[in-house]
Amino acid sequence: MTLNLNPNFSEPGKRYFQTFSPGDDFYEALIETHRDLTDEQSNLVNAKLVLLLSNHIGDIAVLREALQLARHGV
Amino acid sequence: MLSTYAYPKYEYIQPPEQRSGETRRYPVVVVGAGPVGLAAAIELAQTGVPVVVLDDDDTVSVGSRGVCYAKRALEVLDRLGVGDDCVAKGVSWNVGRTFFREEEVYNFNLLPQPDFKRPGMINLQQYYLEEYEIKRARELPNLDLRFRNKVVSVAPDGSGATLQVETPDGIYSLETDWLIAADGARSAVRRMMNLEIDGKIFMDRFLIADVVMKADFPSERWFWFDPPFHPGQSVLLHRQADNVYRIDFQLGWQADPEEEKKPEKVIPRIKAMLGDDREFELEWVSVYTFQCRRMTEFRHGRVLFAGDAAHQVSPFGARGANSGLQDTDNLVWKLKLVLDGLAPQTLLDTYSQERVFAADENLMNSTRSTDFITPKSKTSLTFRNAVLSLARDHAFARALVNSGRLSVAAYLTDSRLNTADSAPFAGNMVPGAAMDDAPVREGARDGWLLDCVGTRFVALVYVSDPAGLDAATVQCLKELGQGGIPIEVLLVSPVGGLAHRGLRVLEDCAGRIAERYDCAPGTVYLIRPDQHVAARWRAFELESVKQALARATCNTH
Repeated sequence: MTLNLNPNFSEPGKRYFQTFSPGDDFYEALIETHRDLTDEQSNLVNAKLVLLLSNHIGDIAVLREALQLARHGV
Repeated sequence: MLSTYAYPKYEYIQPPEQRSGETRRYPVVVVGAGPVGLAAAIELAQTGVPVVVLDDDDTVSVGSRGVCYAKRALEVLDRLGVGDDCVAKGVSWNVGRTFFREEEVYNFNLLPQPDFKRPGMINLQQYYLEEYEIKRARELPNLDLRFRNKVVSVAPDGSGATLQVETPDGIYSLETDWLIAADGARSAVRRMMNLEIDGKIFMDRFLIADVVMKADFPSERWFWFDPPFHPGQSVLLHRQADNVYRIDFQLGWQADPEEEKKPEKVIPRIKAMLGDDREFELEWVSVYTFQCRRMTEFRHGRVLFAGDAAHQVSPFGARGANSGLQDTDNLVWKLKLVLDGLAPQTLLDTYSQERVFAADENLMNSTRSTDFITPKSKTSLTFRNAVLSLARDHAFARALVNSGRLSVAAYLTDSRLNTADSAPFAGNMVPGAAMDDAPVREGARDGWLLDCVGTRFVALVYVSDPAGLDAATVQCLKELGQGGIPIEVLLVSPVGGLAHRGLRVLEDCAGRIAERYDCAPGTVYLIRPDQHVAARWRAFELESVKQALARATCNTH
């Protein structure tokens, strides 16, 4: 498996008429998760999120690729 | 400031009530001669309903205001007879560039989809749209357009409403069976009826400037996030008719609107954006805030709210005027059936239900755009900037960049007017969808599918060869035209042919109807007067079509 960098969001059972909708659904949920949190709390939420998703992905080669791209240019 | 546009001044004429001293009663009165009120009035008048339009002003919208008209709005305007004027005057853009700080992170080219009559959108100053609609309205003898007629009181009752109207000659009364309130975001009718409109105000201000460029400048949409010439904010530039460019600067909540509007303040901002060597002149400047809110119901007895009076969204995605025109698209045929005694008043409840559904979708999309463009927390800003940083190199991030999602018609999939599919279909033309257009040929004449439907119920019946239809089927199809609410049958065929035993034949000359509607021989679509799909089948059955028609008009018992 390699890191998928193409649009990849969807939700089971949901029909989309516009290509932007699944990505926008996700982004809204992401921002909503942080609503009313302090910056410090948000940082903790983000860290937990990375750990949860990393474990779900599991493939460390893929994770290394993502880690490297995330660090790029920072 | 420059002026590329001469504002018309429409003549005030003393209303017949004030000339005669008699109160009159009308079937429908529309309050507001903006794009939405005029659209409602024109369509009513075109379908034979006499209508009075009251407006407190005597000219068109000042400044560009609503500038982007999307495909569905243009299709509605086509039905009103002003689509060609708008498209001829409007400009199209295909290339959009997105900048983040110093650099362009990506660009896109919205190549027009092939085989649609209208483009995805045009840019056109709102005053042109209003001018064309007023011109059209004045051609209609049963449309009484009254300028400088300000509604000062509304008294609704079970059978209509009584209005007090102020003109230069004083105050008069008129009565109406139905009232359409299309009097804008600060709707006086809504206020006088003590109706709530709930939502949130965004704590931000935007400066809009119409600028006339002296030299060539590309017809592109440029969107900046956090540019060096306007740090921490967003800026949008796009082209309108007459070489007028519209620039929107996000100012933040603390900005002083009066101060920001001053040319000595605006001009340096634009110079910084364009680079000093481009010559331009200011035409119009305004500062606005916006709200995202809607009324709970758009129908209150015999008063029907449409456009900004009923719902307001952020400007990102051009969902204001576009959705208002779709309100009237949805409303007018229903009101006409009720006026003619062919449908119960409950049909008008579905106007509210369907347009509330659409308004919620518009609110959701425009709020998402607003949250992306103007992040409200540090974390939200970090995510936004992370998306923009990744967008240059990665397609998934480009898909998340949200500088406004262009207005498209809502798919009214949950509407109680729909009949559910009984067989599988591919594609997007589900019950509740606004129809996709396609080229057609009728006899020797080339045209468009959407120009062949609308204003009445239509059954599109797809056949492999119209000449092969047997007499019994033809008889059954013709029967559809003889009910209380007639359905006109249009045969659609890949081979075309002459009108067949009194039935019109549309040749699917580019094959797009078969493709977009997943048609096979025998496929039938029942189309509402607002060009939405009501029902579809794989085979024609008279009873099913009649039941679907009853369902689409609330005539089920």
